[in-house]
Amino acid sequence: MNPAVELDPSEKLRAYAHPERLVTTSWLADHLDDPNLVVAESDEDVLLYDTGHIPGAVKIDWHLDLNDPVERDYVDAEGFARLMSSKGISQASTIVFYGDNFNWWAAYALWVCTLFGHEDVRLLDGGRQKWVEEGRPLTTEVPDRPTTDYPLVQRDDTRIRAFREQVLDHVGAGGRLVDVRSPGEYSGELLAMPDYPQEGALRGGHIPGAANVPWKRAANDDGTFKPAEALRAIYEGELGLTHGDDIIAYCRIGERSSHTWFVLSQLLGFPRVRNYDGSWVEWGNSVRVPIERSREPGPDPRLKAVG
Amino acid sequence: MALPGRLQEVVDEFAGLPPELRLEALLDYSRRVPPLPARLAGHREAMEQVPECQTPFFLAAEVGDDDTVTIHFDAPPEAPTTRGFAGILSEGLNGEPAAEVLAVPNGFSSALGLDRVISPLRLRGISAILARLKRQVGVQLEARSATRSQ
Repeated sequence: MNPAVELDPSEKLRAYAHPERLVTTSWLADHLDDPNLVVAESDEDVLLYDTGHIPGAVKIDWHLDLNDPVERDYVDAEGFARLMSSKGISQASTIVFYGDNFNWWAAYALWVCTLFGHEDVRLLDGGRQKWVEEGRPLTTEVPDRPTTDYPLVQRDDTRIRAFREQVLDHVGAGGRLVDVRSPGEYSGELLAMPDYPQEGALRGGHIPGAANVPWKRAANDDGTFKPAEALRAIYEGELGLTHGDDIIAYCRIGERSSHTWFVLSQLLGFPRVRNYDGSWVEWGNSVRVPIERSREPGPDPRLKAVG
Repeated sequence: MALPGRLQEVVDEFAGLPPELRLEALLDYSRRVPPLPARLAGHREAMEQVPECQTPFFLAAEVGDDDTVTIHFDAPPEAPTTRGFAGILSEGLNGEPAAEVLAVPNGFSSALGLDRVISPLRLRGISAILARLKRQVGVQLEARSATRSQ
């Protein structure tokens, strides 16, 4: 990659497998005027951008902009090109995503842009929280960027996205699965309370064989990612993931697992990591899929087949 | 739909706006959440958390001797959408008789016309807040009638 916008030379970032995927707040502050760089805010809270955002940043909302309004899927080539064009982003632009909630939605937006092959996408380490805590400037002024001629690019769902049927095959083959939800969601102990509206699933538990590594373990309290060495200790040391593993991450609706997808594929450099965006809301509502309801990953299905 | 007068006015206000201005109106309501009284400020243990809202959000509803309802919300500024919902419910329901609050349909928020501008998934937050608020009011009314019948 020969990016139009120079890379952040920070020492912490250089220890990651793909340091070109992250920038620090101080680097971003110095590069806000770069004409090839577009800053994009993606939040859980759809109004947060409107209360004040990084000067020059555009808003890209996961629900409203990246999802198809009818089918449970992402926008198609036309929809994506229309969105990018309307935000003044060209295919050669460097996009720096940031957002609330430890960059969950920013990581999600970055992941979706990667499905469409947008090459230079980066995350702001620490996200909105760190920028605000450092007292850096915010504005309510919405930038008026000229529209671009973004080309039609077909989404590639084969490399970094997993569908339910593929996850079923993966379970049968004893592939590595990482459930990044909280321990209560993983074990199935978190149950719906009577009379309260729930948006979740009809069944609790996890996909058999999945190990539970809550997404938050990869983050510091200030919203930044843990250093490379600490991340390796968790995912390679404790979890025993190795370079050749075929890994699928999931959570409830795919946003927290985008955070872990970013850690595994971009920061640690595992070559085959997919995000199962259907996640528990799909799995826990599906008919005739296996569920493990305990605090343990569950029996290795290959052993079952043999025994 | 039987909505208390002031809540109906808020609903009409939203429905009458073009979609692009509804978001702005919601932001405006997020700034109108009354501050907590001293006895509740910093006392989240005395309030109920709404776990459907991803950010910490707490509420307490009180039924007064005259059977009217007072609602208190504790929502952080980083959650303006949730604060906006709280602002709509404070504005629309504070001081209304308990029976009228209980009669608000759980799905009233669909009439705000916000599904296209904030997504249906996010609108569930306001239903969750209303459901908890109504439950608190119901529990207090029941406790009171039990006391009175003794």
